[in-house]
Amino acid sequence: MPSRVLPAAPASTTETLQDEELFAVGEHSPWRAALRVLQADRAALAGLILLGLFVVIAIAAPLIAPYDPLAIHLSDKLQGPSARYPLGTDQLGRDLASRLIYGTRSTLGSAIPTTIGLLLIGLVIGTTAGYLGGWVDRVVVGSVDVLLALPRLILSLTLVGFLGPSLQSLLIAIIAVGWADHARIFRAATLAAREWEFVLAARALGASDLRIMARHILPNVIGPIVVLATLDLGHIILMISSLSFLGLGIQPPTPEWGAMLNDARTYLEQAPHLVLLPGLCILLSVLACNLLGDGLRAALDPRSRHR
Amino acid sequence: MVRYTLSRLLALVPVLLGVSLLAFLLANLAPGDPAELALSQGDQEPTAAEIEAKREELGLNVPLGCETLAGSVKRFRFFSDQLEDLCSISVRYVRWLGDVTRGDLGLTYTDSVPVLSELARRIPATVQLAAAALFLALVLGVSIGTVTAVYRGTLLDESGRVLALLCASLPSFAVALILIYAFAVILRLLPVAGYGDGDLRHLILPAISLSVFTMGTLVRLTHASVLEVMGQDYIRTAYAKGLNKLAVVLKHALRNALLPVVTVAGTQFGQLLGGAAIVETIFAWPGVGKLVVESIYARDYPIIQGFVLLAGLTFVLVNLATDLLYAVIDPRIRLGAGAQGRGDDHA
Repeated sequence: MPSRVLPAAPASTTETLQDEELFAVGEHSPWRAALRVLQADRAALAGLILLGLFVVIAIAAPLIAPYDPLAIHLSDKLQGPSARYPLGTDQLGRDLASRLIYGTRSTLGSAIPTTIGLLLIGLVIGTTAGYLGGWVDRVVVGSVDVLLALPRLILSLTLVGFLGPSLQSLLIAIIAVGWADHARIFRAATLAAREWEFVLAARALGASDLRIMARHILPNVIGPIVVLATLDLGHIILMISSLSFLGLGIQPPTPEWGAMLNDARTYLEQAPHLVLLPGLCILLSVLACNLLGDGLRAALDPRSRHR
Repeated sequence: MVRYTLSRLLALVPVLLGVSLLAFLLANLAPGDPAELALSQGDQEPTAAEIEAKREELGLNVPLGCETLAGSVKRFRFFSDQLEDLCSISVRYVRWLGDVTRGDLGLTYTDSVPVLSELARRIPATVQLAAAALFLALVLGVSIGTVTAVYRGTLLDESGRVLALLCASLPSFAVALILIYAFAVILRLLPVAGYGDGDLRHLILPAISLSVFTMGTLVRLTHASVLEVMGQDYIRTAYAKGLNKLAVVLKHALRNALLPVVTVAGTQFGQLLGGAAIVETIFAWPGVGKLVVESIYARDYPIIQGFVLLAGLTFVLVNLATDLLYAVIDPRIRLGAGAQGRGDDHA
């Protein structure tokens, strides 16, 4: 079978998800399960709150930022925290707090749409391949194998290299590389879903393919999709900040955490907070996604009842 | 075993062909004329004649047969143009692939040196760094994962879980900068950057920075795997025959629990190659990763192309090696026809 050409896919999620178990039909509704895990698992709840906080900061950036993130005050450069500048200033005298706040906006503003885009593309390609089978399936599986034969970061890096460094190239690169993983999972889900009795029943009643997909299969796989999306958001934030750090993503002077870290490298000795604070923002936002994603996954995984 | 190895090797061919096609298409569909890019590395604008000569040299012009082929369907104008392009790019791909299999990856745009020798010159440093990082990650990851699983539910377990989560959430470049600040700037114990010509002190900080993410992954994996094994009947048997905890964990649990760790360690090697691009850039480590990042800035396509091929080949071979190793250490795995359903891809 062509899909067996490769050993396990590069573990993009921190533990290899077992596709079939992930999509086993549970008796409980995924939403109720999610609610239950949030009540029981304080770490997951903390992740949700933290993530929510970042989203609020991103949306309300113009209201809460004390300064224009691009405004240069050369006479106040490289200052520590003060009443005037709550978190100090960078090498051009720009207010660090405002830049971090707007950095949330550029990071989440590109990471969230990318995550959704990835999911949708993976969903369309994966379900189509799984549903149609035949040569379409073989082409998709072949492409997925090739894409998974290369480490994600390396592929995105080279893709940005060929497209020329910019935010647009970065997002194209992340989507072009990342869809393979999702398509693989959704394909497996579709193959599994074709065997479900209530799907067979719906077909016997004469429901159209589209209706079966939308009304019967999708609601049952939405839980795993949410888990995937949450964990993936963390990875994409890491990827965007990594490539921006290398100067291959979001371009200065637009504030972005990874790019800010890169700027601050030179001033490590005089102003370590310029490195520490953006680093902390990346850590917290990714951690929030991982905490929430792990908690939700544990709730959906019937094997981990002990948690 | 030989038959299994051969069939696995054969199965790599389509994947590697796909990787080569990807590398070829990327460079050829990328914006900009390669001939112009190759020539415009200096200060002078290349003349039209120079570009034409370079196009000929790089084999970018439409091969003769293609014009004839397209000419034969001249009546369908649109179709004829498409056919010419398709024919041209296929012929060029086949030619390029022929060169590649003979080890000719072309010349770099910047210095006009062979791409293969340029990559080969940089490989040892990257291998050194990635191997050191993988070693660190394995030693720390497996021991922390095992200890936290054995002392499940204690404070030790909780701190292990937090540590693993932190490791999976920290970008390598932030770790690198914090380490540089602590150990090189404040404590002045270790060098800030550079290769240091074999001075191993230069290797410490880059290797730690690169290993953090992989270590977090391995902690979680080992933890889960040991927990699962500890619940098995043979562990109870081992306890029942009077073995102490240490002997049970080391002799019975760990040997079985480490099997999935071997597989993931193999795939993590690919992650390390990607991470190396960032870590090498920060520490001015003269490896392949730094070369690629520099080539991206310089739009030196042949190097990037060579790197994609190299990374794909390495990754696929490392995965194959882990699989074979897996088959060797786990006698339960049947080779040959029975070697399916190995928990790879549940497709």
